[in-house]
Amino acid sequence: MCDTCGCGQPNKAVTIRKPGEKGHSHPHHHENNHDHNHSHDHSHGRTVVVETDILAKNNLIAERNRSYFEAKNIFALNLVSSPGSGKTTILEKTIAKIKNKVICAVVEGDQQTMNDAERIDATGAAVVQVNTGTGCHLDSEMINQASKKLDLQNDSILFIENVGNLVCPALFDLGEAHKIVIISVTEGDDKPHKYPTMFSVSDLCIINKTDLLPYVDFDVEKCKEYARQVNPRIEFIELSATKGEGMEEWTNWLLDKVQKS
Amino acid sequence: MHEMTIAMNIIDIVCQKANDENAHKINSVELEIGELSGIMIDSLEFCFEAACKNTIADGAELNIHKIKAEAFCKSCNNNFNMKSNFSPCPTCNNFDFEILKGKELSIKSFNID
Repeated sequence: MCDTCGCGQPNKAVTIRKPGEKGHSHPHHHENNHDHNHSHDHSHGRTVVVETDILAKNNLIAERNRSYFEAKNIFALNLVSSPGSGKTTILEKTIAKIKNKVICAVVEGDQQTMNDAERIDATGAAVVQVNTGTGCHLDSEMINQASKKLDLQNDSILFIENVGNLVCPALFDLGEAHKIVIISVTEGDDKPHKYPTMFSVSDLCIINKTDLLPYVDFDVEKCKEYARQVNPRIEFIELSATKGEGMEEWTNWLLDKVQKS
Repeated sequence: MHEMTIAMNIIDIVCQKANDENAHKINSVELEIGELSGIMIDSLEFCFEAACKNTIADGAELNIHKIKAEAFCKSCNNNFNMKSNFSPCPTCNNFDFEILKGKELSIKSFNID
Protein backbone atom coordinates (compact mmCIF):
# COMPACT_ATOMS: atom_id res chain seq x y z
CA MET A 1 0.00 0.00 0.00
CA CYS A 2 1.15 3.54 -0.68
CA ASP A 3 2.68 5.22 2.37
CA THR A 4 1.48 8.67 1.36
CA CYS A 5 -2.23 8.53 0.80
CA GLY A 6 -3.02 4.94 1.78
CA CYS A 7 -4.28 4.08 -1.71
CA GLY A 8 -3.99 0.51 -2.95
CA GLN A 9 -1.01 1.17 -5.21
CA PRO A 10 2.33 -0.24 -4.09
CA ASN A 11 4.71 2.14 -2.36
CA LYS A 12 7.80 2.24 -4.54
CA ALA A 13 8.89 5.78 -3.80
CA VAL A 14 11.91 4.85 -1.67
CA THR A 15 15.21 4.49 -3.54
CA ILE A 16 18.55 3.42 -2.05
CA ARG A 17 21.59 4.05 -4.21
CA LYS A 18 25.28 4.95 -4.32
CA PRO A 19 26.56 8.10 -6.06
CA GLY A 20 26.80 7.51 -9.81
CA GLU A 21 24.23 4.73 -9.74
CA LYS A 22 21.17 5.25 -11.93
CA GLY A 23 17.84 5.66 -10.20
CA HIS A 24 14.54 4.27 -11.40
CA SER A 25 11.49 6.42 -11.55
CA HIS A 26 8.23 5.03 -10.28
CA PRO A 27 5.43 7.14 -11.63
CA HIS A 28 2.50 6.68 -9.32
CA HIS A 29 -0.63 8.77 -9.24
CA HIS A 30 -2.76 9.44 -6.24
CA GLU A 31 -6.26 9.22 -7.57
CA ASN A 32 -9.19 8.17 -5.49
CA ASN A 33 -11.75 6.43 -7.61
CA HIS A 34 -13.59 4.65 -4.83
CA ASP A 35 -17.05 5.80 -3.75
CA HIS A 36 -18.21 6.60 -0.26
CA ASN A 37 -21.63 4.98 -0.60
CA HIS A 38 -20.95 1.82 1.34
CA SER A 39 -22.89 1.09 4.49
CA HIS A 40 -21.35 0.60 7.92
CA ASP A 41 -23.28 -2.15 9.62
CA HIS A 42 -22.23 -2.48 13.24
CA SER A 43 -22.51 -6.05 14.30
CA HIS A 44 -21.12 -7.12 17.66
CA GLY A 45 -18.69 -9.68 16.24
CA ARG A 46 -15.89 -11.23 18.26
CA THR A 47 -13.17 -9.33 20.09
CA VAL A 48 -9.57 -10.53 19.85
CA VAL A 49 -7.14 -9.19 22.46
CA VAL A 50 -3.69 -8.65 20.99
CA GLU A 51 -1.66 -6.22 23.18
CA THR A 52 0.85 -5.58 20.39
CA ASP A 53 3.30 -2.72 20.06
CA ILE A 54 2.45 -0.84 16.84
CA LEU A 55 6.13 -0.30 16.08
CA ALA A 56 6.99 -3.95 16.76
CA LYS A 57 8.10 -4.62 13.18
CA ASN A 58 10.37 -1.57 13.03
CA ASN A 59 11.78 -2.38 16.48
CA LEU A 60 12.46 -5.99 15.51
CA ILE A 61 14.44 -5.00 12.40
CA ALA A 62 16.22 -2.29 14.43
CA GLU A 63 17.35 -4.94 16.93
CA ARG A 64 18.52 -7.08 14.02
CA ASN A 65 20.56 -4.11 12.72
CA ARG A 66 21.91 -3.47 16.23
CA SER A 67 23.09 -7.08 16.58
CA TYR A 68 24.76 -6.90 13.16
CA PHE A 69 26.53 -3.66 14.09
CA GLU A 70 27.64 -5.09 17.44
CA ALA A 71 28.92 -8.28 15.86
CA LYS A 72 31.08 -6.29 13.45
CA ASN A 73 32.01 -3.68 16.08
CA ILE A 74 30.40 -0.91 14.04
CA PHE A 75 29.61 2.24 16.03
CA ALA A 76 26.30 3.41 14.49
CA LEU A 77 25.02 6.93 15.10
CA ASN A 78 21.67 8.39 14.08
CA LEU A 79 22.01 12.14 13.42
CA VAL A 80 18.76 14.05 13.68
CA SER A 81 17.97 17.76 13.33
CA SER A 82 15.90 20.36 11.51
CA PRO A 83 16.81 20.93 7.85
CA GLY A 84 19.77 23.30 7.51
CA SER A 85 21.37 22.78 10.93
CA GLY A 86 24.62 21.64 9.30
CA LYS A 87 24.51 17.85 9.57
CA THR A 88 26.20 17.22 6.22
CA THR A 89 28.90 19.85 6.82
CA ILE A 90 29.63 18.34 10.25
CA LEU A 91 29.99 14.93 8.60
CA GLU A 92 32.26 16.21 5.81
CA LYS A 93 34.59 17.89 8.33
CA THR A 94 34.45 14.99 10.78
CA ILE A 95 35.32 12.38 8.17
CA ALA A 96 38.23 14.50 6.92
CA LYS A 97 39.57 14.68 10.50
CA ILE A 98 39.22 11.02 11.50
CA LYS A 99 39.40 8.96 8.32
CA ASN A 100 43.04 8.06 8.96
CA LYS A 101 42.12 6.64 12.37
CA VAL A 102 38.85 4.84 11.72
CA ILE A 103 36.88 3.71 8.66
CA CYS A 104 33.72 5.77 8.17
CA ALA A 105 30.58 4.99 6.18
CA VAL A 106 27.47 7.12 5.76
CA VAL A 107 23.79 6.60 5.05
CA GLU A 108 22.26 9.84 3.81
CA GLY A 109 18.52 10.30 4.20
CA ASP A 110 16.60 12.92 2.22
CA GLN A 111 13.26 13.02 0.49
CA GLN A 112 14.90 13.77 -2.86
CA THR A 113 18.29 14.31 -4.59
CA MET A 114 21.74 12.71 -4.39
CA ASN A 115 23.32 16.05 -3.35
CA ASP A 116 24.36 15.06 0.18
CA ALA A 117 25.69 11.66 -0.90
CA GLU A 118 27.82 13.35 -3.55
CA ARG A 119 29.28 15.70 -0.90
CA ILE A 120 30.15 12.72 1.33
CA ASP A 121 31.48 10.75 -1.64
CA ALA A 122 34.01 13.54 -2.20
CA THR A 123 35.47 12.86 1.29
CA GLY A 124 36.28 9.28 0.26
CA ALA A 125 33.87 7.64 2.73
CA ALA A 126 31.51 4.92 1.50
CA VAL A 127 28.02 6.38 1.16
CA VAL A 128 24.51 5.33 0.22
CA GLN A 129 21.68 7.77 -0.34
CA VAL A 130 18.20 6.80 0.79
CA ASN A 131 15.55 8.92 -0.90
CA THR A 132 12.38 8.47 1.07
CA GLY A 133 10.18 10.05 -1.64
CA THR A 134 7.47 11.64 0.42
CA GLY A 135 8.47 9.90 3.68
CA CYS A 136 9.53 12.11 6.59
CA HIS A 137 11.93 9.72 8.37
CA LEU A 138 14.23 6.75 7.89
CA ASP A 139 13.07 3.40 9.23
CA SER A 140 15.00 0.31 10.27
CA GLU A 141 14.24 -1.60 7.05
CA MET A 142 15.82 1.19 4.96
CA ILE A 143 18.94 1.03 7.16
CA ASN A 144 19.01 -2.75 6.85
CA GLN A 145 19.02 -2.50 3.04
CA ALA A 146 21.43 0.45 2.96
CA SER A 147 23.88 -1.35 5.29
CA LYS A 148 23.96 -4.37 2.97
CA LYS A 149 24.65 -2.10 0.01
CA LEU A 150 27.47 -0.35 1.89
CA ASP A 151 29.43 -3.54 2.58
CA LEU A 152 30.34 -2.23 6.06
CA GLN A 153 33.80 -2.94 7.45
CA ASN A 154 34.58 -4.30 10.93
CA ASP A 155 35.66 -1.76 13.60
CA SER A 156 34.17 1.22 11.77
CA ILE A 157 31.76 4.10 12.30
CA LEU A 158 28.41 4.29 10.51
CA PHE A 159 26.89 7.77 10.44
CA ILE A 160 23.19 7.79 9.59
CA GLU A 161 22.05 11.26 8.57
CA ASN A 162 18.30 11.19 9.06
CA VAL A 163 15.79 13.26 7.08
CA GLY A 164 15.81 16.86 8.36
CA ASN A 165 12.86 16.78 10.73
CA LEU A 166 12.69 17.12 14.51
CA VAL A 167 9.43 15.23 14.90
CA CYS A 168 9.03 11.88 13.14
CA PRO A 169 12.57 10.39 13.31
CA ALA A 170 12.28 10.38 17.13
CA LEU A 171 9.89 7.42 16.99
CA PHE A 172 11.85 5.11 14.71
CA ASP A 173 14.71 3.11 16.21
CA LEU A 174 17.21 2.27 13.45
CA GLY A 175 19.51 0.07 15.53
CA GLU A 176 21.93 2.89 16.36
CA ALA A 177 24.12 3.09 19.48
CA HIS A 178 23.14 6.73 20.02
CA LYS A 179 20.82 9.36 18.60
CA ILE A 180 22.58 12.70 18.28
CA VAL A 181 20.43 15.80 17.95
CA ILE A 182 21.99 18.80 16.21
CA ILE A 183 20.75 22.33 16.72
CA SER A 184 22.31 25.42 15.15
CA VAL A 185 22.44 28.82 16.84
CA THR A 186 20.46 30.36 13.99
CA GLU A 187 17.45 28.43 15.31
CA GLY A 188 15.53 29.29 18.47
CA ASP A 189 17.10 28.35 21.82
CA ASP A 190 13.68 27.01 22.87
CA LYS A 191 13.79 24.14 20.31
CA PRO A 192 14.11 21.54 23.13
CA HIS A 193 10.78 22.73 24.51
CA LYS A 194 9.14 22.90 21.09
CA TYR A 195 10.31 19.40 20.06
CA PRO A 196 10.75 17.63 23.41
CA THR A 197 10.40 14.07 22.10
CA MET A 198 13.54 14.36 19.99
CA PHE A 199 15.60 15.78 22.85
CA SER A 200 14.29 13.16 25.25
CA VAL A 201 15.50 10.27 23.06
CA SER A 202 18.93 11.73 22.17
CA ASP A 203 22.12 11.06 24.15
CA LEU A 204 24.17 13.94 22.78
CA CYS A 205 23.22 17.43 21.59
CA ILE A 206 25.59 19.21 19.21
CA ILE A 207 25.16 22.97 19.15
CA ASN A 208 26.50 24.00 15.73
CA LYS A 209 27.44 27.31 14.04
CA THR A 210 28.82 28.79 17.29
CA ASP A 211 30.91 31.23 15.18
CA LEU A 212 27.61 33.04 14.51
CA LEU A 213 26.78 33.53 18.22
CA PRO A 214 27.82 37.23 18.25
CA TYR A 215 25.26 37.94 15.53
CA VAL A 216 22.23 36.03 16.75
CA ASP A 217 19.91 36.09 19.72
CA PHE A 218 20.64 32.52 20.86
CA ASP A 219 21.31 31.82 24.55
CA VAL A 220 23.43 28.63 24.75
CA GLU A 221 22.91 28.16 28.49
CA LYS A 222 19.15 28.60 28.17
CA CYS A 223 19.05 26.02 25.35
CA LYS A 224 20.99 23.55 27.51
CA GLU A 225 18.71 24.18 30.47
CA TYR A 226 15.61 23.53 28.31
CA ALA A 227 17.16 20.34 26.93
CA ARG A 228 18.09 19.09 30.42
CA GLN A 229 14.51 19.65 31.55
CA VAL A 230 13.41 17.16 28.93
CA ASN A 231 16.42 14.86 29.34
CA PRO A 232 18.66 15.35 32.44
CA ARG A 233 21.29 12.92 31.07
CA ILE A 234 21.86 14.63 27.69
CA GLU A 235 25.48 15.66 26.92
CA PHE A 236 26.46 18.77 24.90
CA ILE A 237 29.21 19.68 22.48
CA GLU A 238 29.40 23.20 21.06
CA LEU A 239 31.14 23.57 17.74
CA SER A 240 31.45 25.39 14.46
CA ALA A 241 31.86 22.86 11.66
CA THR A 242 32.85 25.53 9.13
CA LYS A 243 35.40 27.34 11.35
CA GLY A 244 36.63 24.29 13.25
CA GLU A 245 36.14 25.42 16.89
CA GLY A 246 34.97 22.55 19.07
CA MET A 247 35.56 19.93 16.37
CA GLU A 248 38.32 18.31 18.39
CA GLU A 249 36.05 17.77 21.39
CA TRP A 250 33.54 16.10 19.07
CA THR A 251 36.07 13.86 17.28
CA ASN A 252 37.56 12.92 20.69
CA TRP A 253 34.06 11.97 21.88
CA LEU A 254 33.69 9.76 18.81
CA LEU A 255 37.11 8.11 18.96
CA ASP A 256 36.78 7.52 22.69
CA LYS A 257 33.47 5.69 22.16
CA VAL A 258 34.84 3.69 19.23
CA GLN A 259 37.76 2.45 21.33
CA LYS A 260 35.41 1.48 24.13
CA SER A 261 32.93 -0.34 21.90
CA MET B 1 3.40 12.73 8.89
CA HIS B 2 4.65 9.55 10.56
CA GLU B 3 0.99 8.89 11.49
CA MET B 4 0.44 7.35 8.04
CA THR B 5 3.25 4.86 8.71
CA ILE B 6 1.76 4.16 12.14
CA ALA B 7 -1.72 3.67 10.63
CA MET B 8 -0.35 1.26 8.03
CA ASN B 9 1.51 -0.69 10.71
CA ILE B 10 -1.75 -1.01 12.66
CA ILE B 11 -3.59 -2.31 9.59
CA ASP B 12 -0.79 -4.76 8.73
CA ILE B 13 -0.82 -6.17 12.27
CA VAL B 14 -4.61 -6.47 12.67
CA CYS B 15 -5.22 -7.81 9.15
CA GLN B 16 -2.62 -10.51 9.66
CA LYS B 17 -4.02 -11.48 13.06
CA ALA B 18 -7.62 -11.31 11.77
CA ASN B 19 -6.63 -13.64 8.95
CA ASP B 20 -5.28 -16.11 11.54
CA GLU B 21 -8.75 -15.98 13.14
CA ASN B 22 -10.44 -16.63 9.75
CA ALA B 23 -12.25 -13.30 9.96
CA HIS B 24 -13.83 -11.76 6.87
CA LYS B 25 -14.31 -8.30 8.33
CA ILE B 26 -12.69 -6.12 11.00
CA ASN B 27 -15.36 -4.02 12.73
CA SER B 28 -13.23 -2.01 15.11
CA VAL B 29 -9.71 -1.58 16.46
CA GLU B 30 -8.87 -0.48 20.00
CA LEU B 31 -5.59 1.36 20.66
CA GLU B 32 -3.72 2.73 23.66
CA ILE B 33 -1.87 5.95 22.88
CA GLY B 34 0.17 7.71 25.54
CA GLU B 35 0.29 11.48 25.80
CA LEU B 36 4.08 11.38 25.29
CA SER B 37 4.07 8.94 22.37
CA GLY B 38 4.60 11.68 19.80
CA ILE B 39 1.37 10.88 17.95
CA MET B 40 -1.23 13.42 16.84
CA ILE B 41 -4.49 11.61 17.43
CA ASP B 42 -6.52 13.65 14.90
CA SER B 43 -3.93 12.92 12.26
CA LEU B 44 -3.85 9.21 13.13
CA GLU B 45 -7.65 9.00 12.86
CA PHE B 46 -7.50 10.59 9.42
CA CYS B 47 -4.71 8.27 8.26
CA PHE B 48 -6.37 5.18 9.71
CA GLU B 49 -9.45 5.66 7.56
CA ALA B 50 -7.27 5.90 4.46
CA ALA B 51 -5.09 2.93 5.46
CA CYS B 52 -8.17 0.71 5.87
CA LYS B 53 -9.21 1.09 2.23
CA ASN B 54 -9.12 -2.09 0.17
CA THR B 55 -8.53 -4.24 3.23
CA ILE B 56 -10.94 -6.26 5.39
CA ALA B 57 -10.73 -3.35 7.85
CA ASP B 58 -12.42 -0.96 5.39
CA GLY B 59 -14.82 1.20 7.39
CA ALA B 60 -13.58 -0.10 10.75
CA GLU B 61 -14.16 2.06 13.79
CA LEU B 62 -11.08 3.30 15.67
CA ASN B 63 -11.31 3.53 19.46
CA ILE B 64 -8.39 5.29 21.10
CA HIS B 65 -7.72 5.24 24.84
CA LYS B 66 -5.46 8.13 25.76
CA ILE B 67 -3.01 7.30 28.55
CA LYS B 68 -2.03 10.13 30.88
CA ALA B 69 1.66 10.69 31.47
CA GLU B 70 2.87 9.56 34.87
CA ALA B 71 6.39 9.70 36.28
CA PHE B 72 8.38 8.60 39.31
CA CYS B 73 10.63 11.28 40.78
CA LYS B 74 14.05 9.85 41.67
CA SER B 75 14.80 12.75 44.02
CA CYS B 76 11.80 12.63 46.34
CA ASN B 77 10.44 9.17 45.45
CA ASN B 78 6.97 10.43 44.55
CA ASN B 79 4.76 9.53 41.59
CA PHE B 80 3.20 12.44 39.76
CA ASN B 81 1.14 13.25 36.66
CA MET B 82 3.24 15.00 34.04
CA LYS B 83 1.63 17.97 32.36
CA SER B 84 4.16 17.91 29.50
CA ASN B 85 7.55 16.43 28.55
CA PHE B 86 9.28 19.16 30.51
CA SER B 87 7.17 19.56 33.61
CA PRO B 88 9.22 19.17 36.82
CA CYS B 89 8.20 17.10 39.83
CA PRO B 90 5.52 19.21 41.58
CA THR B 91 6.85 18.22 45.03
CA CYS B 92 10.58 18.93 44.73
CA ASN B 93 10.77 20.77 41.36
CA ASN B 94 13.41 18.34 40.08
CA PHE B 95 13.67 17.05 36.50
CA ASP B 96 15.32 13.74 37.28
CA PHE B 97 12.41 11.34 36.93
CA GLU B 98 11.53 8.09 35.24
CA ILE B 99 8.49 8.05 32.96
CA LEU B 100 6.14 5.27 34.03
CA LYS B 101 3.22 5.83 31.67
CA GLY B 102 2.47 7.96 28.63
CA LYS B 103 4.68 6.46 25.92
CA GLU B 104 2.20 3.71 24.98
CA LEU B 105 1.67 3.02 21.31
CA SER B 106 -0.09 -0.32 21.19
CA ILE B 107 -3.03 -2.25 19.81
CA LYS B 108 -5.20 -3.57 22.67
CA SER B 109 -7.75 -5.57 20.70
CA PHE B 110 -9.86 -5.68 17.58
CA ASN B 111 -13.39 -6.86 16.80
CA ILE B 112 -14.10 -9.21 13.88
CA ASP B 113 -16.89 -11.02 12.09
